[in-house]
Amino acid sequence: MRPSFRFTALFTLTALTSTAIAACGSGSGSDPDTVKVSFKQSTDNSIKVMDTYLADIKKQFEKANPGKKVELVPIKAPDSEYYTKLQQMLRSPKTAPDLVYEDTFLINSDITSGYLKPLDPYLEKWKDWDQFIDTAKAATAGEDGKTYGVPDGTDTRGLWFSKDVFAKAGLPADWQPKTWAEVLDAARAIKEKVPGVTPINVYTGKPAGEAATMQGFEMLLYGTNDGTTDPLYDKDGKKWIAAGKGFEDSLAFVESVYKEKLGPEVSDALDPNFGTAVRGELLPQGKLGIALDGSWLPQDWLEGSGHEWPEWSKELGLAAMPTQNGQAPGKVSMSGGWAWSIPAKAANPDLAFDFVKTMQTRANAQKWYIANSGIAVREDVANDPAYVDAQPGIKFFTDLVESTHYRPAYPAYPKVSVAIQEAMEGVTTGDLSVEEAARGYDEALKEATDNQVVSK
Amino acid sequence: MTAAAQRPVGPEVAKAPPGPPAPAPGQAGGGRSVTARRSLLRALPVSPAVVLLLLFLAGPIAYCVVIAFTDLQLTGQAEESFVGFENFQRAFQDEAFLNAVWLTLVFTVLSSLIGQNTLGLALATLMQRASKPVRTLAGGIVVTAWVLPEVVAGFLLYAFFRREGTLNAILDWLHLPSQNWLFTLPILAVSFANVWRGTAFSMLVYSAALNEIPKEVTEAAEVDGAGGWRRMWHVTLPMIRRSIATNLMLNTLQTLSVFGLIWVMTRGGPSGKSQTLPLFMYEQAFQNSLIGYGTAVALLLLLIGSLFSVVYLRLLRTEV
Repeated sequence: MRPSFRFTALFTLTALTSTAIAACGSGSGSDPDTVKVSFKQSTDNSIKVMDTYLADIKKQFEKANPGKKVELVPIKAPDSEYYTKLQQMLRSPKTAPDLVYEDTFLINSDITSGYLKPLDPYLEKWKDWDQFIDTAKAATAGEDGKTYGVPDGTDTRGLWFSKDVFAKAGLPADWQPKTWAEVLDAARAIKEKVPGVTPINVYTGKPAGEAATMQGFEMLLYGTNDGTTDPLYDKDGKKWIAAGKGFEDSLAFVESVYKEKLGPEVSDALDPNFGTAVRGELLPQGKLGIALDGSWLPQDWLEGSGHEWPEWSKELGLAAMPTQNGQAPGKVSMSGGWAWSIPAKAANPDLAFDFVKTMQTRANAQKWYIANSGIAVREDVANDPAYVDAQPGIKFFTDLVESTHYRPAYPAYPKVSVAIQEAMEGVTTGDLSVEEAARGYDEALKEATDNQVVSK
Repeated sequence: MTAAAQRPVGPEVAKAPPGPPAPAPGQAGGGRSVTARRSLLRALPVSPAVVLLLLFLAGPIAYCVVIAFTDLQLTGQAEESFVGFENFQRAFQDEAFLNAVWLTLVFTVLSSLIGQNTLGLALATLMQRASKPVRTLAGGIVVTAWVLPEVVAGFLLYAFFRREGTLNAILDWLHLPSQNWLFTLPILAVSFANVWRGTAFSMLVYSAALNEIPKEVTEAAEVDGAGGWRRMWHVTLPMIRRSIATNLMLNTLQTLSVFGLIWVMTRGGPSGKSQTLPLFMYEQAFQNSLIGYGTAVALLLLLIGSLFSVVYLRLLRTEV
């Protein structure tokens, strides 16, 4: 007993001292000539898009600014863990980098926490800022009206459909539904005439996470009102909006998809890995008629990705998601995206903004959008034929930007999103009726937002 | 060796140091002060370790206890404040928390108490009688499952239980109805996975314990006419009782903290039907950013673990 205790103590001592010594090695050391840039590195070792791009910018920057150095600090983690790690780093001046890559989904949360620095003094003097479209600017603005990040692209969402399946079901190859009913009718036609194929996929439930909320529910919900007001959040009153008719109609759409068996098997739809199956198997193998999904799908079909599918642009058609009854503006899209922000506790904010300017020269921005299958948020790039023709589908998804919506990414949003996923899951499994699910959402919304709720 | 001879020396030694009966034969000379000085000298090399242990092990735990009484969030909050027992009250009013407690108990009882423990004992008993090659082969297979990293084991069992998985393929072949096990019976599926993965540990503990039982005792029982079951019940089990308690305690604590296996297989779903406390805690702390609440849940999990431990420790103490 005793020797083993002693051994354990000795072992622990050695382990701890070596850890402590190793930790001391990487102190903050805020060198005024070095700008530390942290970013999200892909967990897939074969994907080096961001690493390559940043290495190139680093070279340009160091050449243009003699004596200055860029230190890249990759954080290799899946999305949710990346935020966690980043937020921990931002808490202390010892660990805060000079520049961080933030998802606009969480940027407002970090602004509220005081983690980020307002960029307005820099933006005023930077003439390229005028090229950025307003919706993208709004995505990085805090509730105080100041701007906290420079967006480096966005994404949009729409309907992908298999031309082969459509031909078998007697549907047109240039399909563009005008209303929700037309979408469901097409799915019904596929169900009837093309057995063995899943007619439509709408992401749903907690396992799908934010994909269920954004690609699924919000693509419906934002098409229910008059197309100008936000159906989730009342900006003027700063309150979240309780489930109304539009919310229930959107749930009813989800319910129809799964109740009429137009969607995937419920157990598949609630499998956390289902998104991978949609992109990697169902669409390429022609086993899915319609997919309500994002502009980034072709990323998965590039060379070297494991499931290459260069023919996708011939085999798949693209249609905008229509509003509920075809009311103006006729189509719906949701957008997210990432932005470069400077931490409040950054040691070299000025140098960090210079680095942003290098990244966001017109040429570099364009290079990035294309490499990343991203959608341009700079008007000059969006109108450039070289960008538009770079990949099939880019024009379609870039055109959606004018009718797109950004999520109300306030601190309560992640919790509201979970409440939406739970309501969806209830109607998907059939455990809850639309009314019950909507009531459940209202309760969850009150709790998630500290009762900052209004009925409309 | 009798059971009494197996009494642990630990507790006695722990009580002993201050008292004089320590001097070992050969070092008999010297009085009380020399002994005290010697034990002080002996403690000296360990002291840095103790300081570091306090700093790096006890420190974070103490910090956790403090955080559990605040409304600290990872993001979305300008300043945190002290909220007293609010997090704990909230937990007991939270249906999802109560659901997680219930599932944690189901998971622990099914996979640890019943599954790993009984199966481990059964395997160890069978292997006592098996020929050497069989023993090596069977032991090798079971231990492989244990050696696999949790995440890899999770993926293997995900592949086994999923709708197009191995289990359903076998059932189809036998013309039995198949289903998506991860969807219809998630808690059973993850419990099975934990049994699959963790049985090796029990098997090793019990193999060691059974090897300690002197042959004469079992042989004597056999001569007295006791059959296999009676021998097991009246001779073997009482003699390895201490190992059973130790094994149950280690197994339970390990099972209470299983995270990766369930995360990979079901993410706690569908609809929270396999969301045990560690998953619930993760969701609150890192997905909803509620560090304060998540930490409070972690403390409650610690409490459940210590309740189990107290029960097992009592089992240990009542021995002989």
